[in-house]
Amino acid sequence: MKRAGIIRMVVILVAVGALEFLCRTGVISSFVMPAPSTIIYSTVQILASGRFAADIWVTLRNVCISIVAAMVSGVIVGTILHRLPTARRILDPLFATYYAIPVYAFYPLLMVIFGLGDLPQIAVGFLLALMAVIINTLNGLDRVPRVLVKVARMHRLSGWAMDRKVRLPFAAPYVFTGFKLCVAYSFVGVIGAEFITSSRGIGYEISYAYNNFDRERRLLARRRT
Amino acid sequence: MKWRDPLALIAILLLLWQAMYWVVGDVALTSPVSTFRSLAVMLADPRFWPHVNETLLAFAQGFAIAVVIGLGIGFLLGAHSMTGEVGEPILVALYSIPKVTLYPIILLIVGIGMPAKVAFGAIQGIVPIALFAMNSIRNLNPVFARTGRVLRLSPLASAQRILLPAALPEIVAGIRVGFSLTLVGTLLGEMFGSQRGLGYLLIQAMNLHNMRTIMSVTLLLVIFAASVNAVLLAIDRRLRARA
Repeated sequence: MKRAGIIRMVVILVAVGALEFLCRTGVISSFVMPAPSTIIYSTVQILASGRFAADIWVTLRNVCISIVAAMVSGVIVGTILHRLPTARRILDPLFATYYAIPVYAFYPLLMVIFGLGDLPQIAVGFLLALMAVIINTLNGLDRVPRVLVKVARMHRLSGWAMDRKVRLPFAAPYVFTGFKLCVAYSFVGVIGAEFITSSRGIGYEISYAYNNFDRERRLLARRRT
Repeated sequence: MKWRDPLALIAILLLLWQAMYWVVGDVALTSPVSTFRSLAVMLADPRFWPHVNETLLAFAQGFAIAVVIGLGIGFLLGAHSMTGEVGEPILVALYSIPKVTLYPIILLIVGIGMPAKVAFGAIQGIVPIALFAMNSIRNLNPVFARTGRVLRLSPLASAQRILLPAALPEIVAGIRVGFSLTLVGTLLGEMFGSQRGLGYLLIQAMNLHNMRTIMSVTLLLVIFAASVNAVLLAIDRRLRARA
């Protein structure tokens, strides 16, 4: 392991240790937060009991659907937009403002469109994640060096073949930056939506446990994400 | 040409909105015209303004905290490469936690009401501001620092005259992202465990299925966020053009 990695482990261990110490000595009362060791203990206990298995499964499945959908459609939309400079110029302010809009406010609308089940939650995760993929795909496609495009043209590649064989492979690292964000946003979106209104899933369990002051269960649910 | 693009975008969005309204109907959506009208009615109502003030106040405090702490962490991690290497993955990991789930703990630590909103807004904004600031410092052309040394500038003078101006565009970009996230964070903070503010109005209206209020408040928020964003974006562009 590299030196920075070792230091990082030490930093994290010291932080967790300090938390444990503060909780054990009662500086942080167990009313606010149970000690890390207690959290791990009840995590294992609850996982073994299987009480949460169904909720965890539902949430993970929704998150996965949202991630895959956002990745696929984000790359497609990004590639198409890159070929339509006018549309892109007009949409640009929307991209820049997108994340300032509280998506959760549109939850009722999504509920009417998609019904009461899991779809509205998946849609929130999808909407949050989609833009990150589009923006990063566009960013990557912008950086393709002129030379590569010229070589592709010399080989008489058609537009789509050029996208597939030259542009997108070059943009892959940037697209993957988008994918990383996409995973994070899908989790945030789905769990946040469950938090607001739902009757299943980890987010719902957190909200339920919170309303009932069950801190250990809540922290466990968070550790699982 | 320049002013026509945003107008076209707004026109497209309004058309989409109207089309959507025709498809899903009154249950889920109010039409653009009636939303603007009810927003106007709302803004004329004196009972509405305390909510706006509450949110603005919470947001301003949260944003100030996020900028100060975020820039502080960012500069520290950017200036010292080892600290940066240790700290960056931790920051990125913190960024990807769904922070809604931390809400109950924050509530218990800082207390209900205003402090919870401020804290919740701030924690959303700190990490992106820190990450952008860190990268801006780290990616500075080393020639700049060397030039400062050749000219025998003191560390303070070289930071002020060379490093800060060079890093500024990135920092502004980070602040722009932080602004958006802090606003959303503050609203989320108001949605749970609060008795005032726009977020409270939103969740209240959601529970009562009062589409008119939901749409008006959302419209107001979108207009506010979009205008501030546009201003920051313009500053950003100008700084980049200068560089």
